[in-house]
Amino acid sequence: MNIFQIISEIEKVDPEVYDRLDSRRSIFKHMSGMGKTLAAAAVPMAFGAVLNKAYAQTSMAPGVNDVLNFALKLEYLEAAFYNQGLGAANGTATAVQTALRAGFSATNLAALDKIRNDETAHVAFLRTALGTNAIDAPAANTFDFTGGKGGTPGPFATVFTAPATFLAVAQALEDTGVRAYKGGAPYLASNKDVLTAALNIHSVEARHASRIRTMRRAGAMNNAASQTAAGTDRSASPKSWVSGNDGGGPAPAQTAAVYGMGAAPAYTPAVITFPGEENVTQGGVNLQTALSSLNFPAAAFSEAFDEALPVPVVSDIARTFVITGSTFI
Amino acid sequence: MNSTSLSRLFAARPVRRRTFFRVAGATAASSALVLAGCSKDDETPEVTAEQTFTLGTGDTGLLNYAYLLEQLEAAFYDKVVATPPSDMSAAELAYFTDLRDHEVIHREFFKFALGTSAIGTAVFNFGSFTLTTRAGVLAAAQTLEDLGVAAYNGAGKLFIDPVYLGVAGKIASVEARHAALIRDLVLPNSFAAADVVANDGGEFDGLDAAKTPAQVIAVVNTFLNITISAAGLPS
Repeated sequence: MNIFQIISEIEKVDPEVYDRLDSRRSIFKHMSGMGKTLAAAAVPMAFGAVLNKAYAQTSMAPGVNDVLNFALKLEYLEAAFYNQGLGAANGTATAVQTALRAGFSATNLAALDKIRNDETAHVAFLRTALGTNAIDAPAANTFDFTGGKGGTPGPFATVFTAPATFLAVAQALEDTGVRAYKGGAPYLASNKDVLTAALNIHSVEARHASRIRTMRRAGAMNNAASQTAAGTDRSASPKSWVSGNDGGGPAPAQTAAVYGMGAAPAYTPAVITFPGEENVTQGGVNLQTALSSLNFPAAAFSEAFDEALPVPVVSDIARTFVITGSTFI
Repeated sequence: MNSTSLSRLFAARPVRRRTFFRVAGATAASSALVLAGCSKDDETPEVTAEQTFTLGTGDTGLLNYAYLLEQLEAAFYDKVVATPPSDMSAAELAYFTDLRDHEVIHREFFKFALGTSAIGTAVFNFGSFTLTTRAGVLAAAQTLEDLGVAAYNGAGKLFIDPVYLGVAGKIASVEARHAALIRDLVLPNSFAAADVVANDGGEFDGLDAAKTPAQVIAVVNTFLNITISAAGLPS
């Protein structure tokens, strides 16, 4: 029995077999150890057990293309949001878009245009990375950013007419983007270049989220980030980072999930969990307790770490902005 | 993370933390470092200018690398919050206090997680910054925060254990949030300017920077009176 030949055959139909087997290095280490310690006759049985375990654990786990396509869907959503609200980069703004743009100071408007351009660039990057595997851009009428899902306008009815509402939705989308990339990263570990690219998008989403939050805190017409402090109602006057569960978000019924818990899907490795953003426990240790001598508030411990979110929860959040019946997300 | 990761991340709580020197295998002490638990009077070290210290190898080395970076950031904010420049506003000082808290938590988290494998406490020299003015402090903070973001972005792919990748990701985005706010204070709208987020019409438009440990350590070394080597770290 030539185990390496078998793995090679499996690799032809499942290029990620080595990742399912933990890693290329460990499987070969494991196998060479078997050869020494087990009788030859027992090797096939042991090998079968390894394969069963590998595939049983990860039979549903998303592959690299799955993760990238999911990220692409989110970027389509984000890009559509800014393009619909502010107008496309080289397009002519409609009357409604012009009116919304007039609600921001020139500096803040430039920031939003920059963010729009970044999101459009993310779409282009992911489409290039995926090549022919990239899912198509959805039709413009796929989205309903009022949160009404295509029916009666939802909680964000003024999303494209009131700057404050626009920024609230933007914050929810950007914070979701940060958590979504964080949740997807472990599944990209088999491809180092793709993982690094995803991390480089991830931190840009965090820069966006921070800027939007600063803007919300200071007001759409106020450029001075230094002249304001976070209010007691953080759903309306947030810090530049996620503090606690941020008052449930700008519309708690619709956006609480953005800052809340995620439930790990069956395929998720046991080492990955999805606590809410108010979490103060890292690596299984309650840091507020373990580091109590620092005398920092619980908020500081939650702020110091952004949490990941699993795909199903991110999908639920995204569906808030997709018309009923659409199969896009 | 669950108890499985706990055992890995917080393996073997230290009875007594190994010193930086012992990990590094160095015999000479340096004035740039203070041994944890030692009073200043305990040592009259002879400075060896060419002494090089290493962070270890593999995931442990990478965690020490992150620990060193967080030590740098925490030391900086500790200094600013303790003696803020007179032209900094109350609101800005409040932001810096938050930033100090976050970085100290990051530092203590890594120290706790590394246990007996943790390097010692480094002493940093911020002489290249002007910390007596608001502008100088903000410029320094921008340098350090952007460095942190690029460092975590570059280190993510080097971790073998996915738990560490997860932790690095949780911290990386917080550093990016810091960087964006600091940049807004320095110059409104520079939160994702072209010097950090590509914007040249090329393939990587909209993507942040990533730096290798060697690139980052080269910068960190400019704040130290000793030389740290990244040679043992994965690349």
